[in-house]
Amino acid sequence: MSHAPQHLDAARYTWGGDEFLFVEISESMSLAANFKANAMAARLSAREIDGVVDICPANASLLLRFDPDTVPPDQLEALVRQVEEEVAQLSEQTLETRIIEIPVWYDDPYTRETGARFRKGHQRPDGTDLDFAAEENGLSSPQEFIRKHHESPWLVSMVGFVAGLPFMFQIVPQEEQLEVPKYLSPRTDTPPLTVGHGGCFACIYSVRGAGGYQMFGLAAAPIFDPAQKLPDFSDFMIFFRPGDIVKFRPVDEDAYKAIQAEVDAGTFTYRQTPVTFDLQKALTDPTAHNRDILEKLNGL
Amino acid sequence: MAFDILEPGLATSVQDRGRFGHYNVGIPQGGAMDQLSASMANALVGNTAGDAVLECAYLGPRFTTDADTVIAVAGAPVTVQVNGKPADQWTRLSLKAGDEVSFGMLSGGTRYYIAVQGGIDVPEVLGSRSTYTLGALGGFQGRTLTAGDTVPVGAPSGSPSPRDVIPEELRPAYAKKVTVRILPGLYDHRLTAEGMETLVSTAWKLTPVADRMGLRYSGPALEWKPRVQPFGAGSDPSNIVDAGYAIGSIQVPGGKEPIVLHRDAVSGGGYAMVATVISADMDVVARSAPGTLTHFEPVTMEQALAARADAAKVRRAVWG
Repeated sequence: MSHAPQHLDAARYTWGGDEFLFVEISESMSLAANFKANAMAARLSAREIDGVVDICPANASLLLRFDPDTVPPDQLEALVRQVEEEVAQLSEQTLETRIIEIPVWYDDPYTRETGARFRKGHQRPDGTDLDFAAEENGLSSPQEFIRKHHESPWLVSMVGFVAGLPFMFQIVPQEEQLEVPKYLSPRTDTPPLTVGHGGCFACIYSVRGAGGYQMFGLAAAPIFDPAQKLPDFSDFMIFFRPGDIVKFRPVDEDAYKAIQAEVDAGTFTYRQTPVTFDLQKALTDPTAHNRDILEKLNGL
Repeated sequence: MAFDILEPGLATSVQDRGRFGHYNVGIPQGGAMDQLSASMANALVGNTAGDAVLECAYLGPRFTTDADTVIAVAGAPVTVQVNGKPADQWTRLSLKAGDEVSFGMLSGGTRYYIAVQGGIDVPEVLGSRSTYTLGALGGFQGRTLTAGDTVPVGAPSGSPSPRDVIPEELRPAYAKKVTVRILPGLYDHRLTAEGMETLVSTAWKLTPVADRMGLRYSGPALEWKPRVQPFGAGSDPSNIVDAGYAIGSIQVPGGKEPIVLHRDAVSGGGYAMVATVISADMDVVARSAPGTLTHFEPVTMEQALAARADAAKVRRAVWG
C-alpha cells in the first residue's frame, strides 16, 4: 500500500523559448512529485530573484517565466538547480496548509442537462458521465463512485488552465485512485462550478467555457470572484492555492439553495482550518493521515 | 472625456502591455497581441508605452469623441475615416468634439490599434487595464465593447510625441508567407526525428481557428515515439501529466494541427509542447491572418536572445 514512485530522479530542465524555464519533476503523477514542485516554487518565491516574473508549480512540474535581460537563462537554471538540491536534502517533508470543505450537489439536474447536450460522441452515449465513471472504475453504481469521490480528501496539485481552476489529486494509494478518461472530443461549453474529472485529476471549473473533463455535479459556492464581494475573497479574487486540501461534502438541492442564498447575501464563508500535510505519512499511512486532518475540520 | 461607441466592431477590447505575475493561478498575461503596433500608436499621441489602447480585430468600431483630442491608428492596414473622410494610419489625427471615427476593411493582417492622448482610462485590475474576457476581468467591464458603451479616456500627460509619423521602414510587414523562429524544447524528445523534421520543414497554413488564446495550423501529422504512458498522463502519445504551458509554446494534440498559444493562453493542460515561438516573433504570429503560410524555423537560445535584442532596438527607434 504505497504511492509509486516515491523515489524521484533529478528533474529535467528545458526551455520554453527565451522567457520560460520548464522543470519536469517526473513524467508520472505522484504526491511526491507534486510536493517537490510546490516546495521548489515556495523556495524560489522566498528568494525573490530579480527578473523572475511568474513561478507556476504544476502537478509534476514547474514553469518559470523570466526576463532574460535581467536574469540570463544559464544563471537562472543554476539557481533553480540549487533550490532543487536544497529540497532534496529536506529531512522533513511537510507543508503548512489548510483543509477546506467544498459543498457539492452531485448528480444535479443542471449537470445532467449539460451532459445530455454533449452525449453524441461520448464514450457512454446512453448514460451519464457518472455512469461512465462508475463503470470505468469497476464500481457497482454512480452512488458508489460519488461516495469514493467525497470520502477521501484531495490535494490541490495545480491552479490554472483558466483563472483559479484547481486540479486536485486524491490522497489515496495509487491503486485506489479514481481514473476516468477525458471526453473524446472536448465540449464547447461547461457551466462554471462544474465538478469535473479527467485522468486521475478532479477539477472545479472556475469560469464558463470549453472543457474535456467528465462532469459529476456543481460546487455550491464561488471559487473565483473578480468583484471580491465575499469575505473569503477580500485578499484575492482567486480562492485556491496549490497545496490546499479539499474535502468535498455532498449536499442536496435544499442545502445547495441555502448556500446560494448565503452567497447572494454576501455572507457565505467556506469551512476551513489550518493543517499540516506530511508527505511521508500521506504515503505510508494515508488512512491515518486523512483521519487526522479530517478530525481537524470536523472539530470546528 | 470619453468615446461613445456606436458600433463595437467584431472584438474590440482594451489592452496594454499585459498583466504579469498571476500566471501561477491561471490568469494569462493578456495585453495587445501585436505589441509593437500598439506601442507605435501610443508613441504617436505622446503616451507612454504602457498606456491602454483599443485593439480592433478585423472589423473596427464606429465611435464619436465627446471632447477635442488626438488619436493614432497603427497596425494592420485599414482605411480610416473621420466624419466619413479618409484619414491616415501611422500618424497623429486631431479630432474635434463630436467627430466620428470609423473604419473600412482590412487589406492584410488581423488587428490594429487606436491610441488616444491620455490612454483608455479603465480601472487597473491586478496591475493592468488589459481585458481578459474568459475571466471577465480588466478592460471595459471585463469584456469586448458593445454599442452604447462610454469608454473613458485619461488626462493627457502633456509629454511631446517622439515622432509625428511612423516611417515606412519601421512599420511591420503583413505578409501571406512568414517565417516564425522557434526554440525546440519542452517535450520535443517525444517526437520522432521525422516528426521534428516535419514540424520545421512544412509550410503550415493558419486556419480560421485563431484568436487571442491561440492559433491552429493545418498540415501533415507529426509522429510521436511510442511509449507506455506514465500514470496520470492520459492515453494518447501527445498527452502529458497536466503541466504549465509556456506562452508561445506549440502543442500538437493527437499529433495533428499544431497550436501556438498566444497572450490569452490557458496556463496549463495535458498536451505535450514541442517548441516555443521566441519572444521577438510573437508579434509576427499575432499579425498572421488565416491562410498565412508559416515556416517554423528552429533557432538556438543564443539566436533567440540576439533576435530579442534586435527587437528591443526597433522599439527604441520608435520612441526616438
